[in-house]
Amino acid sequence: MKDQDISKLEAIFQQKIDDDIKIEPNDWMPDAYRKTLIRQISQHAHSEVVGMLPEGNWITRAPNLRRKAVLLAKVQDEAGHGLYLYSAAETLGADREKTIDDLHSGKAKYSSIFNYPTLTWADMGAIGWLVDGAAIMNQVPLCRCSYGPYARAMIRVCKEESFHQRQGFEVINKLANGTVEQKEMAQDALNRFWWPALMMFGPNDDDSSHTEQSMRWKIKRNTNDELRQMFVDVTAPQAESIGLTVPDPLLKWNEAKEGYDFGPIDWDEFWQVVGGNGPCNKERVDARRKAKEDGKWVVEAAMAFANKRNAKKTA
Amino acid sequence: MSESKGWPLWEVFVRSKQGLNHKHVGSLRASDATMAIKNARDVYTRRAEGISIWVVPSNNITASDPSEEDSLFEPSQTKVYRHPTFYDVPDGISHM
Ligand SMILES: [Fe+2]
Ligand SMILES: [Fe+2]
Ligand SMILES: [Fe+2]
Repeated sequence: MKDQDISKLEAIFQQKIDDDIKIEPNDWMPDAYRKTLIRQISQHAHSEVVGMLPEGNWITRAPNLRRKAVLLAKVQDEAGHGLYLYSAAETLGADREKTIDDLHSGKAKYSSIFNYPTLTWADMGAIGWLVDGAAIMNQVPLCRCSYGPYARAMIRVCKEESFHQRQGFEVINKLANGTVEQKEMAQDALNRFWWPALMMFGPNDDDSSHTEQSMRWKIKRNTNDELRQMFVDVTAPQAESIGLTVPDPLLKWNEAKEGYDFGPIDWDEFWQVVGGNGPCNKERVDARRKAKEDGKWVVEAAMAFANKRNAKKTA
Repeated sequence: MSESKGWPLWEVFVRSKQGLNHKHVGSLRASDATMAIKNARDVYTRRAEGISIWVVPSNNITASDPSEEDSLFEPSQTKVYRHPTFYDVPDGISHM
């Protein structure tokens, strides 16, 4: 294609975005838009799938049948989220198996929150409340993302997330109002998950390389710092109302900005975990790799069976 | 488009309740139609979203070309006489 043709197409494309007209799979789009979306959607899919591991860890040890049924349903939803998102990535021409192999080789990233271990039952509460809570903050604006299939997947995801957050809050609230040991357990979970939850929104705006372009393309609707502030503003009072203390001595209501001030984030820790050196990075990727290896014969056998039956039908 | 070595891709359509049409909800991979229906049930109807599912192999779908949008759909926009509001009905005439 000639350069002037491309710039004409680009102008039409940007005009559609500016007019809030969704981009659909067969529409012309700039290569960089396609690449950015494939990277973001497949990373998001990986996060949903890897995110099943820390919670799956507690399914067999849930304290009662009700909690077990709820946790199972929650983890199954995360599998569903992963599948909606892999499908959305495929509409852009991404090869599903290849994106999964990129996760397994360490080339593709996923949310670094899932590289922290789940040490006690209270962590099931902290994850639902804080991690799903932060995910909701991130995902609600994505329901208006310019790419149709991603936006539609996010609408489904967001409908399901609110149960995730509530069940987590119920778990932590119960412990926070329980025995002394239970309350300590709840506080300890909050202490360990608070800062990693704030890191889920990504680097500060000044250090976030993709934000500006993604906002122009309406892939992103709010900056990292805006979303993080919203999260702190809604979550801090929730902690207080159940008698837990946010592990940040600098957290303080600021009347002038009608929001909380909070302490600096340890970005060294964030980059360490993103770089593969978090407490569970290796364990998580190994578990995904093993799942693929161990399930390989099932994938092949099902395909062989289908082929054999098709051959019989056409014979 | 690149081709996965794994299972083929299926498009999923769900009827949300009796009396409504099936509507496209997304896609998934499965080795055959039976598995596609089972997977669609788990992936797309975990909360009573449907009472009936269709699955269609994605490569059996032919889509109209977005660059032909004008020639395909513009003619229907210029034929206002296809709508009842195009016609004058004198005052006092009812049931029309
Ligand atoms: Fe999710
Ligand atoms: Fe999510
Ligand atoms: Fe969730």
